Amino acid sequence: LDQTELAIRTIIGQFGRLAADAASLDDSSDLYEAGLTSHASVNVMLALEDEFDLEFPERMLRRATFSSIATIRD
Amino acid sequence: LAERVRRVGAEVAGPAADSVDRDARFPREGIDALRAAGLLAAYVPPEYGGSGCTVSDLSVLCRTLGEFCASTAMVFAMHQIQVACIVRHGATSPFFRDYLQDLVRDGRLIASATTEAGVGGDLRSSVCAVETDGDQFRLEKNATVISYGEHVDDVLATARRGPDASPNDQVLVLVRRPGLDLKPNGTWDTLGMRGTCSLGFLLTATGRVDQIIPVPFSDISNLTMLPVSHIVWSSLWLGIATDAVNRARSYVRLSARKTPGTVPPAAVRLAEVYVALGEIAATVESAVRDYEANLDDADAMASLGMAIRMNNLKVSVSRGVLDVIAGALSICGILGYKNDSPFSVGRHLRDAHSASLMVHNDRILAHTAALLCVYKDA
Repeated sequence: LDQTELAIRTIIGQFGRLAADAASLDDSSDLYEAGLTSHASVNVMLALEDEFDLEFPERMLRRATFSSIATIRD
Repeated sequence: LAERVRRVGAEVAGPAADSVDRDARFPREGIDALRAAGLLAAYVPPEYGGSGCTVSDLSVLCRTLGEFCASTAMVFAMHQIQVACIVRHGATSPFFRDYLQDLVRDGRLIASATTEAGVGGDLRSSVCAVETDGDQFRLEKNATVISYGEHVDDVLATARRGPDASPNDQVLVLVRRPGLDLKPNGTWDTLGMRGTCSLGFLLTATGRVDQIIPVPFSDISNLTMLPVSHIVWSSLWLGIATDAVNRARSYVRLSARKTPGTVPPAAVRLAEVYVALGEIAATVESAVRDYEANLDDADAMASLGMAIRMNNLKVSVSRGVLDVIAGALSICGILGYKNDSPFSVGRHLRDAHSASLMVHNDRILAHTAALLCVYKDA
């Protein structure tokens, strides 16, 4: 696991409120199927912006962007 | 279509409105007349035998009906939301293509079972789950509200995809008799919207798995159910306000005739109310244009901006119509306050109070508030 992915997983574990343990998810697991709500996804977005000191542009604020660890990373 | 709906409103739904309201009864005659005029299948595409109207047309139909009987308009609107979900998301499935033809032929009425005990009013999460066994399924749901549930042919219900699915991994399943049993639960004796008969029900259903719409409910909700709901509801609320203003106009005309040569003082207030009514109409029309312009762009429809604009529509119109109706009451004075005068706007006011409560504006504003934390565009 590299630093980026570790940070993403930590944030999902902390803010995603998933039924499953974030560490056990595959890169491509569907986070919404794993229980990510739209409300929790907002908190995940905010935490990611803070952690990586960036702002997601509007065009990336889509369900698809946050649907798995791999898509968040991209 | 608009002409047909106006006729149903003027000849059937309008004359029955007071009795529907007084007795809190289902607006049977209005819905039967809409069915007979083929209007329950208005949104079904022509290839299945329907009229193929657009959401913009639905908006006009709901506004028109709202001028005559808000309960009839609300039942019609909620039914059309269900039809839209099937047309937009079910048409890839042979079962739903056949169903749309049944819907046209039989004039079937569909209700919605999205709320449930134990989820705190959150439509996007379910306790109940579809239990499948081969090509059969079973579903049991403690639905806190199924509007006009005692009068429906079919119900679209949300449920978790399966017993192991998380609460927000939902599907939308069409349940129908004879595989559907609804046990009513509770009463519906309310301030307004008394004819929607929105009781709770214990829903038990069995059927074939192809009755499950083959798209996740989250997509159906974002792309169709939520925006179409806010559009058709806002349209019928606008209709309620329009009729209240029409009554105020009649009142002012009557006063003007009594004092030829002078404009009655209430006319100025009418002019003000007219400004507000125009603003609400413009809000509804711009949301309809926005929806239709992005209809086939799933990314745009699922964007935060669209969700925020559709939330704004509901909050804005639900507040605005109350102000307009209160203005009409003030113009008509005691004759507006009396229930048995032709200028009465009491029913309008009571019906319109439902707008900010169903779904509660606080819930909608909380959703928008969360989105605004990350939303960047103006």
